[in-house]
This record gives sequence, structure tokens and C-alpha cells, in this order.
Amino acid sequence: MPHEVGHEVGYAAASGVFSATWLLLVLPLAGALILLLGGRRTDRWGHLLGTAASAASFVVGLVLFFGLRGRAADDRQVAQHLFSWISVNGFQVDAGLLFDQLSAVFVLLITGVGTLIHIYSIGYMAHDPGRRRFFAYMNLFLASMLLLVLGDNFLVLYAGWELVGLSSFLLIKFWEYKPAAATAANKAFYMNRVGDVGLALAIMLMFATVGSTNYDSVLGAAAADVIGYGTLTAIALLLLLGACGKSGQFPLQAWLPDAMEGPTPISALIHAATMVTAGVYLIARASPIFTETQAARTVVVIIGAVTIIIGCVIGCAYDDIKKVLAYSTVSQIGYMFLAVGLGPAGYALGIAHLLAHGFFKAGLFLGSGSVIHAMDDEQDMRKYGGLWRLMPVTWATFGLGYLAIIGLPPLSGFFTKDKIIEAAFDKGGTSGYLLGLTALLGAGITAFYMTRLFLLTFHGERRWSSSGEHAKHPHESPRVMTGPMALLAVGSVFAGGLFIVGGTLQDWLAPVFGEGHEEGAHTLSPAVVTALTLLVAAGGFAGAYLRYQLRPVEAVGRPDSEVGLVTVAARHDLYANTFNETVFMRPGQYLTRFLVWLDTVGVDGLVRGTAAGIGGLSGRLRRTQTGFVRSYALSMLGGAVLVVMTALLVRTG
Amino acid sequence: MNSFPWLTLLLIIPAAAAVVVAAVPRRLGTLAKQVTLAVTLVEFVLALLATIAYEPAKAGFQFSQKYSWIKQFGISYSVGADGISLVLILLATLLVPIVVLASWDEVDAASPDGAPVAGRRSVPAFFALLLALEAGMVGVFAATDVFLFYVFFEAMLIPMYFLIGSYGPVKEQAQRSYAAVKFLLYSLFGGLLMLAAVIGLYVVSSDQLGTGTFDFATLRQLDITPGVQKLLFLGFFIAFAIKAPLFPFHTWLPDAGAQSPTGGAILLVGVLDKVGTFGLIRYCIPLFPDASSYFAPVVLALAVIGIFYGALLAIGQRDMKRLVAYTSLAHFGFIAMGTFALTSQAGTGAVLYMVNHGLSTGLLFLVVGFLVARRGSRDVGAYRGMAQVTPVLAGVFLIAGLSSLALPGLNSFVSEFLVLAGTFTRYRALAIVATAGIVLAAIYILYLYQRTMTGPVVSEDARGVLDLSVREKIVVAPVVALIIALGIYPKPLIDIVRPTVTATFEDAGHTDPTPTAPVNASQAGGHS
Repeated sequence: MPHEVGHEVGYAAASGVFSATWLLLVLPLAGALILLLGGRRTDRWGHLLGTAASAASFVVGLVLFFGLRGRAADDRQVAQHLFSWISVNGFQVDAGLLFDQLSAVFVLLITGVGTLIHIYSIGYMAHDPGRRRFFAYMNLFLASMLLLVLGDNFLVLYAGWELVGLSSFLLIKFWEYKPAAATAANKAFYMNRVGDVGLALAIMLMFATVGSTNYDSVLGAAAADVIGYGTLTAIALLLLLGACGKSGQFPLQAWLPDAMEGPTPISALIHAATMVTAGVYLIARASPIFTETQAARTVVVIIGAVTIIIGCVIGCAYDDIKKVLAYSTVSQIGYMFLAVGLGPAGYALGIAHLLAHGFFKAGLFLGSGSVIHAMDDEQDMRKYGGLWRLMPVTWATFGLGYLAIIGLPPLSGFFTKDKIIEAAFDKGGTSGYLLGLTALLGAGITAFYMTRLFLLTFHGERRWSSSGEHAKHPHESPRVMTGPMALLAVGSVFAGGLFIVGGTLQDWLAPVFGEGHEEGAHTLSPAVVTALTLLVAAGGFAGAYLRYQLRPVEAVGRPDSEVGLVTVAARHDLYANTFNETVFMRPGQYLTRFLVWLDTVGVDGLVRGTAAGIGGLSGRLRRTQTGFVRSYALSMLGGAVLVVMTALLVRTG
Repeated sequence: MNSFPWLTLLLIIPAAAAVVVAAVPRRLGTLAKQVTLAVTLVEFVLALLATIAYEPAKAGFQFSQKYSWIKQFGISYSVGADGISLVLILLATLLVPIVVLASWDEVDAASPDGAPVAGRRSVPAFFALLLALEAGMVGVFAATDVFLFYVFFEAMLIPMYFLIGSYGPVKEQAQRSYAAVKFLLYSLFGGLLMLAAVIGLYVVSSDQLGTGTFDFATLRQLDITPGVQKLLFLGFFIAFAIKAPLFPFHTWLPDAGAQSPTGGAILLVGVLDKVGTFGLIRYCIPLFPDASSYFAPVVLALAVIGIFYGALLAIGQRDMKRLVAYTSLAHFGFIAMGTFALTSQAGTGAVLYMVNHGLSTGLLFLVVGFLVARRGSRDVGAYRGMAQVTPVLAGVFLIAGLSSLALPGLNSFVSEFLVLAGTFTRYRALAIVATAGIVLAAIYILYLYQRTMTGPVVSEDARGVLDLSVREKIVVAPVVALIIALGIYPKPLIDIVRPTVTATFEDAGHTDPTPTAPVNASQAGGHS
């Protein structure tokens, strides 16, 4: 049982309902363990247990959230000390949890959306022989993600961080008999580990500088300005490297589209709604550090802006519905990075967009899963078309998510994205204009490719046939799947307004991020920004409507030789994979092969040669026991000589 | 309880049992197995009780016993335990019964292609060798007389030599002989250098004290001139660097690892090699503090080279046992780095690493052994898609691998992070480079997993392969449990190791660097 002792000066000790904070983690963890250890015996009810564990965690989350709301505004940081984890003299790390305003909203997102996706998966995975294992991994993911957002120090966060990577790995390779799935899982893990190196080094630097990895010590020291600017910037940039890995941001974005090899609910849960937003959480959590270093924040906004455009451009080129959604995720997280990179003006906006995105992107992915299910695992949108009559619920829920992401007022995405664009302009100066225009451009392209996706899938001609060899019989999905989709659609409609209007979320998070931001000088008035955004989005919509609704669509995309250079580049992920392969993978392979050769011929040979020089052992190495006796005698002799020499040297030295 | 002869008992029991088991007639192989298993289990329980009786807060050696052996040269039978040696004895005595049970059918079983091999190999002799090896391992960690240490250091080689040479892969007669001899010669060469240094120590002591001694505690107090320290340091260091092994002294390890029977490989890489890393922190640093500081940059460089070199070579292997051996080269790099960073965090991490590596690599060798026993090949090409056929085996394989790549929540993470963070406080650039090694660790493990476990099943006959048997599950269960438990709650182990490591470095004059911008003490957490 955990102690109910608040170990940190700055945080209140967990008591009352908050002594149950640990249950948030342990419920899904227990679910995962029971399902993994129970084996086939739990096949029949495993999915129900997994869903129940997730739902129970959500209920605990709700109780704690309302408990937190019931406290005074300056007393909403509750820490629960579990046990001493790693303790070696000056290095003291506890297994401790922190339930505050920021972790509270993440807990609700993770367990809330997570539970809906669990329910959906009951239907989606109904015919999969590995369904129990699937639910076990999803529970493991929830526990890891909750550990990530609930830890009260950076090392516990790191543990959650890597365990989330593990869960993601397990789920991407869920159908591991497919080589593509296994390869994608490995790629995701490798690239995440590159980011993890950054996070690990950031933690070491914190320890070497402050002597602690606890949030209140490190962040307190950052805010109190006792850490030098260079060190602070180094910490921030290392954290950013970690964030880029987990959130699929440039230059570590290439794993995320491949991760779509996993079952679609996973794409919704991990690779859209929760895990990939961990990078945004990390920056938001470390906001006192980023607030103090303009240099690092500049890098954050640049990465955000670049990634917005990368995601948008590639999103226009793919015909695979999930890949388009994946790149759309990359691009939307770019908006969040841009927001949190703006500092105190943007932290809360980034979180607001993250939460709203959690609803609509999860809804879009679940909708795409429903379509893929109906089309016998076909993912090429060019082979869809006219599905809206056959799948009205999917069409409606997906449509709401689509309208939310392109920013139609008054849906979620409108409020949250609009605010980020406004804040980007408000940064002021040339850089403010550049960022604002980039974000604006992104909104336009987003409207284009999402409209393209929506029209190709649900409208236009049917580019599939209901007879013949590849006959398709699309049908609406069962209620266990459409129910969660409907609930997420509700969130897609209302969440944004709820967070933004009246500054609800901003006020709630203010104690975490500081009140620093003053409403004041706008570069462009909010009304102008809104008008521009809507105009640009309308342009994107019109472009896609003209191209994909009013003109016929081929069921097969044109080959690379017949499309423009940009399209070819976009179809090849802007050559990110080619780059990684040429610069890292191939040289790595050559180096490995060279070293294997060197080790047998070179190092081994060298040592054997030296040995031959000293004791004449070389030839005898190849012989067996008989030769060995003589070698032994020889080395004994050599040793004896050495002994005498040493004794002499010691005497004289 | 401290007057109870824990260590002597731990030494005598397997030694005596080795003699008894060796005397069992060949046809009573099962009896030999049962006796060995019972003895090694008793031995483990005894080691566990000793660990409970041990008082971590007390300085110096505990359970000490000393009897004069060769008076003329001041050699004595002298044993004692500190936090470092105790956890390694515990590791050794834990792994031996696991190895015994894992090797149950390995010696008398027909080879996988059905050719009978029984009759050429004696079952009782195999288990007697394991027992003799266990006695040697306990002795080498328990010795507090440097000469006695040397004797055990060399004595361990003999059973290991025969385990490789006589019980390695049946059909690879020439290769296993080569590997066994190579192992022996490398070790003997290092051992002789160490013997020279041991005698050198005796000479110094007799110069300074009038009478020569091999007593470790006394030798520690000597004031050796820096020049002599460097010479003697090198004698010990090269012996340990061969044993551990560190780059570039490692080339015997892949051969020995590949040609050992599974149990032999586990004890060789899991425990025997730890004698090298144990020696670095037990002997090199306290006996030669100036030379340790002097040579630290060289050792650290070799360590970091080893981390990358071992990892890259592991990625390039197709022989699964060689692959695991090369991963160990990378891990020994981490251990050596942690030791020579000379901070209490890195040092404690290094000692924990020794234990954790024994568990994770032990489990990897076990699983690889299970695979080889099923398909008769160590080549990755003989496997693909095995997760569909043997899901439990695949799961255990993954856990072992994740421990090896130091995933948080599992044992190795605690030690690896302590090593890195502790090194970082003193040698930033070095720690940064070493941390990049964790990407390579992910690659060598998961690439191996991908090649063997995922994809379509390699061939029709591979579909008939059986998943883990009950015996095999019993073998892996305690290791898996410890890998998880020590990842979540490493405190019991840390509490034993930390005081000894801290004292070792403090006595040698190394204090931890202080944080550059410390928060006030009440926030930094209680220092102890």
C-alpha cells in the first residue's frame, strides 16, 4: 500500500480520494497482466475485462478530477509518494505520482477516449483469434501512458515514455506474421529510441545541474533563474529531441505513417489521440524551462511549422486512407508544437488543440476503420466512393470529425486552430508573420486533402463492384463500433468551444503555465485572422471539390512518370526514408560488415599474432588437447619470466 | 549470526558434492542430476540466508574467516563478504540450479537430427563439473587473500574448459576444441600477468612491513609509489580485461559462447566473466588508487569503444549464441565505464549491472538454447515466424531482450541509467556518446527478434515445434520474475551494494561531483 505522505515541498500530500491515484495505473496494468498470464483461458471474456479495466480507470479519473475541482485554485497539485525507486547517495528518485491540472486533463483524455476505443475494438477485433492479446496490449498501453503523465519526476516520466514505446511496438506488430508489420514496429522503436536518447540526456543534465529529477526541484530552479542560460537551452533542446521522436515531428516523423500497419483502433488510440501527443505534454510539463529559453522555443516553433507543411504536402499525395490520416496527425501535432513553442501565450492553446484533436482524430480513425472493415480491408481510397448511402452512421460521424479538423465554425477544430494561428501572428515581427502565414497555409491544405479524403471515400461514383472476383458488400458497422464513433463525434463538435470560449481551459491550466500572457496588442485583429482562416479553408475545400467531386476519379492513381515533381516527392514521404536509409542505414550496414570481418581477421589475428610473439602460441591454437599441454608449459615459462621481471621492477621502482 | 561459517559452507558444499557426483556410475545419470539439483538448491537457500544475515550498514568484510595456509609466504585461507561479493555469490548460486534444470536432458539427449550421442558423454561428469565450477565461483568472490583469489581464478578455468571442450555442440568437434583451448590460453595468459602482479604486491608488502602478506585488507593500507602502482595495476587490469572481456581482449568470447553447452554459456558469460568486472572494482581501484585515476581515461575509452563495437558486431551476427556473446561485450563496456567513472552512482550501477546482466543474458542464452534444442541450429536463418508456433517462448525471448536493451520497468534499466547518469556528472562527452549506444541495443535485440519470431513461419516442419515444456517454464519463471521485480523495486539490492561501493571510492579518494546549481537541501531529497 502506498504511503500517504507528500514528499515534496511544493505539492499537497495525497489524502482522501487522492489516495486512490495509484489505482489509475494499476487497474489497466492488472488487466494486462491477467490477460497475458491467463493465456487462452481468458479468451472468452478477455476483451470485456480489458474494457472494464479501462472504464474503471476512467471513473477513478473522473472522481479525482472533480475532487481537484473542489479544491482551492492554488491547491490543485496533489502528489502521492509510492516508494523509493532508485536511491544512491545524491541520486534520489521516488516512484511518485502528481495529479494536477495538466495531468488531470490528460488522464481524462487517455482513459475516456481509450475506453471508447476499447469498446469499438470489441467489434472491430471480434473475428481476430488474438483479440485477448490485443486487449492486453491496449491495457498495457493505457498503464504506460498514465505513468507518463502522472509521474512526479522526469525519470518516472521517462519510464512511462519508453513503456509507451513498447506498447506501441507490440501493437504495431500485432499481426507480426506480416513482415511489413514487424518491420514497421521495429522502425518505430528505433526512431523513438533516437528521441529517447535526448530525453535521457536531458535527465542526466538535470541531475548533474540541479541534483534532482523531481519536477518541483528542476522546474523550480528553472523558474528561479539559477540555471545558466546555456544549460537551460541544452536541457530544452534535448527534451525537444525526445518530443520529436515520440510525436513524429521533423526530423523523426518517418516512423508514424508506417505504424499504420497496426490494427486501426491502435492508429486511433496510440498514433492519433494519445501517445503521439506525449511530446506536447513533455514540453508543456517542462514549460518553466522553455519559458526561460527563447532560443529553444524558436527551434520548437520552427519544427512545428516545418512539420505542419510536411504533413500537409504528403497528406495530399497518398491514396491510402490511413496514411493520409497519419500525415494529417503529423501536421496537426505540428500545430501543437507551434503553439507550445510560442511560450506562455501558447501552452494552453496547444493543450486545447491536443484535446480537441484527440476527439476528432480518434473519431476519424475509427470511422476509417469502419470503412476498411466494410470494404474487406481495402485501404485505397481510389477504390472507395459513394459509400455514404450504405454507411450512414459512419458517414455522419466521420463527417463531423472531418468538418472539425478543417475548422468549420463552431466545431472543435475551428476554435482551437484559429487561436493558434492568431497567437502565431501575435508573436510579432517578421517571424510572427512567417509562422502565422505558415499556419494559415496549413489550414488551407488541410481543408484540401481532408475534403479529398472525404469525397473519395463517401461521395462520387462507386469505384468498386458488388459482383465478380473482388466483390465488395459494404455495410454499416455494428453498434458496438458506431456507438463510440457517435460519442467521439459529439466531442468533435463541442470540445473546442467548451475549452476555448470564455478561456475555460486556459484558466484551469493557468497555475501550471503561469499567468504570464496579457491579452493586448494583436498583430492582426482576431476577426481578421478568423476571416482569413475561413477564406483559406474555403479555398482548399473548393479546390478539392472541383477536382474530386465535379471531375471523375480514376480507380488507379497515375504513375509517378505522369505527375509533377512535388507529387512524386510527396508520395515518397519527401524522401525522409531514402535519406535515413542512405545516411544512416546503409553506412551502418557497411560498417557492421566491415567490423565483423575486422574482428575475425584483424583483432583476433592481431592478438594471436602478439601471443605468437610472446610465447609462440599461435600455431598451437589450432591443435587440440595435445598441443595445449605444450602451450601451457610455454605460457608457464613466459609467466615465470614475467614474475621475475616484475619483482625486479618493483624493487627498483 | 556473523560467526556462522556461511562462506566456507557455501564453498564446501558444492566442492564435496562435485566429488560425490563424479563418483556416480554413468548409468545412474538421473541420480546424478537429482543430487546436483538438490545440492544447488540448498546452496542457493544458504546464500539467500547469508544475504539476510548480512548487515549492509556495517563497514568492512563480514562472515570473515581466516586460517593460515602457507605460513612461509603469508598465504592464508581467508574469506569474507562485502556488498559487492555477496550479490555476485547470490547471482552465481541462483543461476546454477537454473542451469542444472535447463541442462537436464541436454547431455544425454539425442542430437536434434536423431543421431544418438549417449555413451560418449558422461552425465554425472557434466553435473560434477557444474558443481566444481560453482565452488570455484563462490571461492573467487569470497576470497580476501589475494593469493587465494588467484588460485580460485585459475581453478575455475578447468571445469569450464571441459564443459566447452567435451560438452559443446556434438558435431562441431574441431570448433569446440578450438574454442576451449582459446578460452583457456587467453585466461591463462591474463592469469599469469596477474600472478606476477600478485607477487609484486607481496614484494612491496614485505619491503614496507617487514613480512610479506597476501591479505587484501593489509595490502589496501600499503602506500605504493605511483610508478609501481601502474605496473601492478596493468597486471591485474589486463587479466580482468581478458576475463570480462573488454575490447580488444574479447575475441575468445564469441567462440567460447557459441561452443559452450547452454548451461556453460550462461555460467561463463553470466558469472565467470563477472570475475573480471568484479576484480576491477574490488582489486584495481582500492589497491592502486593513483594508477586507477591515471589509467581511467584509457579504460573509459576502451569501455565506450566496446559498447559500440560489441553492439555493431552483434547486429552483424547470424549465429544466435555469438550474437548474445557480442551483446555482452557491449554490456561489459557499460560496467567498466561505470566502474572507472569513479562516482558512487556509476559504481553502484556497475555492480547492479553485473547482477542484472547475469539475469538478462542468462535468460537470452536459455531461450536461444531452447530454440537450438528444437531445431538444431544456431543460425537465425533456421527460424522465422516462431512466435506463431511457440508464443510463450517468443514472449520470454522478448522479455529477455527488453531487459538486455534496458527498458525501464525491467532490471537492467536501473543499472544502466545509474552508470550513465553517474558517468555524466564527471565525463559528460563520454556519457553522451555512450548513451547513443542505447539505440544500437534496440537494434541488435529487436532485429534478432524480428528475424526469428516474426513473419511467415520458416518452413512446414517448423510448425511442429513444441512450445515451452513445464520444465522449461519452471526454469525461466524465476528469472523473468526477478527481471521485473528488480526493475520496479531494486531497493533491496541497491541497499546492499551502495555502502560498499561508496566506501570503496571514498577510501580511494574519489568523491562524487556536486551539482552545479543545486536546489536547496530540503528539495533535493534526503542525502545519506
